[in-house]
Amino acid sequence: MTDTTTGPAAGGPPAEGPGADGADRPRRPRLSAAARESLAGWLFVAPVVVILGLFLLLPILMALWVSLTDWNGQGSPFKPGVPFVGLDNYARLFTEDDLARQDFMTSMRNNIYYVLIVVPAQTVLALGLAVIVNSRLLKGRTFFRAAFFFPSVTSSVAISVVFLFIFANSGAVTGLLALFGIRGPQWFADSRGTLHLLLGALGLVDPNAPPAALTDGGPFGLSWWEWLSGPSVAMTTIIMLVVWTTSGTFMLMFLAALQDIPVTLEEASRLDGAGRWQTFRHVTLPMLKPTLFLVLTLGMIATWQVFDQVYVMSQGDPAKTTLTPAYLSYKTAFRNFEYGPGTAISFVLFVIIVVLALVQRWVLRDRDAAPRPRRRAGKVRA
Amino acid sequence: MTASPGAAGRAAEERPRRKHKTGGTAGARTLASTFAGYFVLVFFALVFLYPFVIQIANSLKTEPDAAAHPLSPVPGPLTFAAYERVFLGTDLPLWLGNSVLVTIVLTVGRIFLDSLAGYALARLRFRGRAALFSAIVAVMAVPGVVLFIPKFLVLNQLGLYDSYTALILPVIADAAGVFIMKQFFESIPVSVEEAARIDGAGVFRTFWSVVLPMARPALITLTIISFQSAWNEFPHTLVAVQSPELFTLPRGLADLVSGSLGKGTQYPLKLGGAVLATIPVAVLFVIFQRYFVRGANEGAEKG
Repeated sequence: MTDTTTGPAAGGPPAEGPGADGADRPRRPRLSAAARESLAGWLFVAPVVVILGLFLLLPILMALWVSLTDWNGQGSPFKPGVPFVGLDNYARLFTEDDLARQDFMTSMRNNIYYVLIVVPAQTVLALGLAVIVNSRLLKGRTFFRAAFFFPSVTSSVAISVVFLFIFANSGAVTGLLALFGIRGPQWFADSRGTLHLLLGALGLVDPNAPPAALTDGGPFGLSWWEWLSGPSVAMTTIIMLVVWTTSGTFMLMFLAALQDIPVTLEEASRLDGAGRWQTFRHVTLPMLKPTLFLVLTLGMIATWQVFDQVYVMSQGDPAKTTLTPAYLSYKTAFRNFEYGPGTAISFVLFVIIVVLALVQRWVLRDRDAAPRPRRRAGKVRA
Repeated sequence: MTASPGAAGRAAEERPRRKHKTGGTAGARTLASTFAGYFVLVFFALVFLYPFVIQIANSLKTEPDAAAHPLSPVPGPLTFAAYERVFLGTDLPLWLGNSVLVTIVLTVGRIFLDSLAGYALARLRFRGRAALFSAIVAVMAVPGVVLFIPKFLVLNQLGLYDSYTALILPVIADAAGVFIMKQFFESIPVSVEEAARIDGAGVFRTFWSVVLPMARPALITLTIISFQSAWNEFPHTLVAVQSPELFTLPRGLADLVSGSLGKGTQYPLKLGGAVLATIPVAVLFVIFQRYFVRGANEGAEKG
């Protein structure tokens, strides 16, 4: 298709560079072997480069422009009539006391609580499952590994539908809780913050009449009381769903790392009289550190992007307590046709995620810099 | 297949088992911890798999039965009414067809384009190769959700919005796939290609008939993860198409659920749709489990 030079004399040893193209070659006198290889290289990567450039790089540049305008979706955003507003769309998210900022800050609050719960929960669950699945005394490990991993590969939309049903008012979870005599909440309709509920249950604060000190003021247009809500009950269903779907993938990463730890090392520690927990804490865990960090950062990067589940399960409701920046930017642009503000939100999100990714690369740089004769050799080094 | 995919594929294979110290208390403790281990495993296996049982069982129930006994794995009266309504009363057959078409084109396209680019980056010497590779690694870090509006802008500008092209073209090359193929090609000994070149094969011929057939394990892995991600793809369809005739299954299902197409709860119907969206990947998973595992760990590798 691209470069099918198959003439018998055309090849020649490729490693010899431009000088190899002797004068005695009968055909194709114009291109040296190196030049042909270079041409082939560019032709091979061309489709990928064009597509990534056209649908990744160009869009980002276009969006950067749109975020500086008040384009309403009519016609082209590059026509002269489109109002240019500079950094107003960004400023409104942080400084102006209006609904746009309130929505954005609410979505940030929701997502912060979401990250704070999902990331540790999925990491601990994944690590725990990996350790047990890796135990040499148990049979059926392949089955259990598959069972835990399976939710990760299924469609996020389909699985959200299933969780909608499971957490419906007459659904499975409510029924299950009823077996234990607990009256479950109306999951998706419940906008009460769990931290508020907890403070109320401890008798510290009355959630129905919070102290004026907390409600009177607070940063970025939300009162302290609103910042301290915790994830709403509705959000906890999405949290459970996500922990349930992603733990399997991270379990596999831990499992691969665990298998690279020499068995003898752990056994030596046990023979030295260390208990199971001490061995895990002082021998196994330190060797898992790079994987642990990888899982934590991948988790943080992914949790800032939560979208599918919100779209299918709650659309940001109830009372905006499942609104996230990703969903808010979509909604602002495609439902309210405010493309400028919507794009500005997605760039703020972009910055958050890029910073997390850079931190990850920076901390993992040793691992990448070292030559890797074997997978994850860095970890075995100890 | 030496370096990269090996370790992950072996993930569950047994390590040589050593006998633990036997003797009274130690033996009892081992027994107790084995029991505890199984208890935890079985408990979590139920937590992870029972929702799928609920999904299938309730799609085969009547609506009142599903509402009254959502936990029961056995339908009161077994009925295929929900599936009948799915196929006859909604656009779902159309979405299913679109999903199949888009998934096949995307999978084939990605395999071809990613392995071409991966090979060039691994083996061919050309100016700018290192810079290009860094660019591709950087591109992998660009989060998908921030590209919603930008992608829409480009599709709109190019006049592609709301077409099959919009569903397919922007996602037909993926940086992660290029990365996986590059890693793999680097693990193949150069001598094989050199022999082919000395025999006079051109670059493309060497790639196509000598190197690619050797890349079977990596190609299967790439096929699996491409199929899976193409079949499950949802957000991209939101910004690429708006006509129900162009919906893929996840997009149609999302609309069905969020209420713009369906009325009332109709859980058996929705769950039936969800079952159909789950089945192809589930079947593939059962057959090619180790390649899924490999794919997940390649993902970890690229970080």
